[in-house]
Amino acid sequence: MLTILFDGIAYGMLLFVLACGLSVTLGLMNFVNLAHGAFAMLGGYATALLMNRCGVPFLATLPIAFAAPAILGVALERTLYRRLYGASPLDQVLFTIGLVFMAMPIANYFLGDQPQQVHLPLFLQGRVEWGGVGIGIYRLFIILVCGAIAAALQMFLIGTRFGAQLRAAVDDARVASGLGIDVDRLFTITFAIGCGLAGLGGALAADVVGGIDPTFPVKFMVSFLIVVTVGGSNGVLGALLGALLLGVLDVAGKYYVPSIGAFIIYAVMVAALLIRPQGLFARSGGR
Amino acid sequence: MNAPALETRGLACRFGGLIATDNVSLNLAPGARHALIGPNGAGKTTLVNLLTGMVKPTSGQVLLQGEDVTALSAHARVRRGLSRTFQINQLFPDMTPAEQLCLAVGERLGEGGNWRGIAGADRAMASEVEDLLRRFDLMSVMDQPTRQLAYGRQRLLEIALALASRPRVLLLDEPAAGVPEGERADILAALAALPADVTILLIEHDMDLVFRFAQRISVLVAGRMLMEGSPAEVAADSRVREVYLGADAHG
Amino acid sequence: MSGEAARISAHLTRRARWGAGEIAFWIGLVALIFVAPSRALLINEILIAGLFALSLDLILGYAGIISLGHAAFFGVGAYGAAILASHGINDPIVGLVIASLIAGLVGLASAPLVLRGSDLTRLMVTLGICLMLGELANKNSWATGGADGLSLELTPIFHLFPIGFTGQRNAALYSLAVLFLLFALARRIVQSPFGLSLRGLRENRLRAGALGISAPRRLIAIYALAAVYAGAAGALVAQTTQIVSLDVFDFHRSADALLMLIIGGTGFLYGGIIGAALFIAIKDGLSTATPEYWEFWIGLLLVALVLAGRERIGARIAGLLPRRARGSAA
Repeated sequence: MLTILFDGIAYGMLLFVLACGLSVTLGLMNFVNLAHGAFAMLGGYATALLMNRCGVPFLATLPIAFAAPAILGVALERTLYRRLYGASPLDQVLFTIGLVFMAMPIANYFLGDQPQQVHLPLFLQGRVEWGGVGIGIYRLFIILVCGAIAAALQMFLIGTRFGAQLRAAVDDARVASGLGIDVDRLFTITFAIGCGLAGLGGALAADVVGGIDPTFPVKFMVSFLIVVTVGGSNGVLGALLGALLLGVLDVAGKYYVPSIGAFIIYAVMVAALLIRPQGLFARSGGR
Repeated sequence: MNAPALETRGLACRFGGLIATDNVSLNLAPGARHALIGPNGAGKTTLVNLLTGMVKPTSGQVLLQGEDVTALSAHARVRRGLSRTFQINQLFPDMTPAEQLCLAVGERLGEGGNWRGIAGADRAMASEVEDLLRRFDLMSVMDQPTRQLAYGRQRLLEIALALASRPRVLLLDEPAAGVPEGERADILAALAALPADVTILLIEHDMDLVFRFAQRISVLVAGRMLMEGSPAEVAADSRVREVYLGADAHG
Repeated sequence: MSGEAARISAHLTRRARWGAGEIAFWIGLVALIFVAPSRALLINEILIAGLFALSLDLILGYAGIISLGHAAFFGVGAYGAAILASHGINDPIVGLVIASLIAGLVGLASAPLVLRGSDLTRLMVTLGICLMLGELANKNSWATGGADGLSLELTPIFHLFPIGFTGQRNAALYSLAVLFLLFALARRIVQSPFGLSLRGLRENRLRAGALGISAPRRLIAIYALAAVYAGAAGALVAQTTQIVSLDVFDFHRSADALLMLIIGGTGFLYGGIIGAALFIAIKDGLSTATPEYWEFWIGLLLVALVLAGRERIGARIAGLLPRRARGSAA
């Protein structure tokens, strides 16, 4: 039982890193970015290719799994996304679905439709027993890494000048720019970090989800959206709680009540939306 | 016997610690031409929203033809004969004037749920739309998209839409706001020609318009009713002069 | 009636009469099926996709409701028709009607959930409901066949015309007849006082309320009607391909319908059909040239369309079509 809880937490942590960038663009900037998963896919591919074709060790690929989508994110944000910040949700949906439709064939064209596997180094494989609870070492690694990222993000947003500026800009972009805050730059950096984290999440997730393939952006789009929806519009903590809830429910649900499958999670998402249209863990009056 | 057309009893509205409307009692006789004035921030818009049901009062009552409508929604009050215009035009920009008047008349007749008929095919309906178009001098532009009309025309359409609901009480929220000098006479003429049996509450900044139009005037200051009287009484009242001169002095 | 009132009435009802272009459009569709019987399968696919996109137009173009999960009703209609057929209701028309009505009931039940909250919430709720229904179909394999799907045995239409693989032309004609009848009904409804009030709600919710229009009931009504249409499209797919599988609930299906509608234009009923034809023709043409990568070009088209200003393009095209019902997407 505890093993399942543990696996659920690990999966939730992974979802958090994958989705927290989306929680910023959707929850804070009010931008519906359905193409978020494409950045995660890029990170996953970066790690898989560097390991399989260039022999780079797993841990050394992770910075690149972060950097590659972050750079792509900057490029796209500067050239395309920016034009749609004020657009209707419908336009944003259409635009980002268009990007997904482009990203999947591109991946397929260059890398084929077979999943690219990430082979974990030996020291991350296997299990240990702690007081009768079987713990996968890689799961533990994920929890530690993702937990550290969550803590760092929270401190970054609460404790730094950048964080304060971002919160001000999200609150009211016009007032913020009136105060001399460079809102454009702020959003670009935030977007890039979100994309980078998604890429990192993609790299870390590759082993857990059985490899990265071109359908990744659509397969996990729903999970991302659920995390953000349940987590609500208020930053790191909401997304983390949403992701953990989703991770535990998903793993436990598949183990204990496989006959219902993913139904529980979708039901939780719809229920969360109905109880509080702004997100379950959001502070009231937020946004 | 003759209930007031519109009445409020001890109406109050608080937003958090802010008192927007404080114990306002208002009484409009049927067919009255009543104006509500007050400096910026006096709570005129909040009062209109309370009357129309867009905001719920903290305490007090709103009565329409002697009937308590405090608990009714905004659209239910419209069906009982309380219509309004908006300070900023609220029109249907992609419809023509004829289309939106047809919509308004249709709603009044309870036709809005009818999915079998064709909107505007009915003769009585077309005649009523014609009457409204004529009354507000919109006949020549009846088939043009509303977004292309001159601002003064749009302002007239704003009133025409409210009148299409055949209200017993009509709230006019700054009908002349933003209308260029050359088109103001049309608005004044349209107001003067409103049916005599419709009770009118005019919310206005423009004192010239208020004194020409209103038989009675209520003065709202900081959410409270400062005084009510005939135009002459209001003009002579030292407190009112002070409020307005003070307000003017502060820009 | 005075001359002026007659003129006003003529203005208000100017779109109610069928134009020559419209009549030619429908006759052309019938002719196409007879001229190109070898393409009947493709034509049938376009007609059904067009009906599904038309259904989405009813809520998006006319009521301003944005949905990412419209396939929910498509799927209910498809499985409804299949399950009815597997329980001895083998007449296609009876099955179609019942399946569509079931989809309509699901729409009616879910409408109050969908109408809460903002556009953003709506996107998620519609998507969530569609996912839930898809998962229900997946897990209740005793009724739906689960991942294996269900196949249908149907009697010929009017006991004369077999549909399906042995009668692809009949199938296309059957789909065309259903599309036309539902189109004509939709066309009538958007001209009605009810349709006018929906336009009012979409263009200015505040003023619509000030005219005494109570939004929720009108929106629930059109949402349920759109669900019936989507259900009919789903039932047609099931009946004419004689098989249903879980992909009827796919996110792809909702997204594709949205794309078709956007390509063809929202708010004038023909947009869905035209968009479906373009979309499927592009897909068909590209997928013979580049079978795995056709989506890329659709994606590129979409991105370009949004960046170039979808509504401006729509308005320009609208200027060329005098009979187009005015208004573009909210």
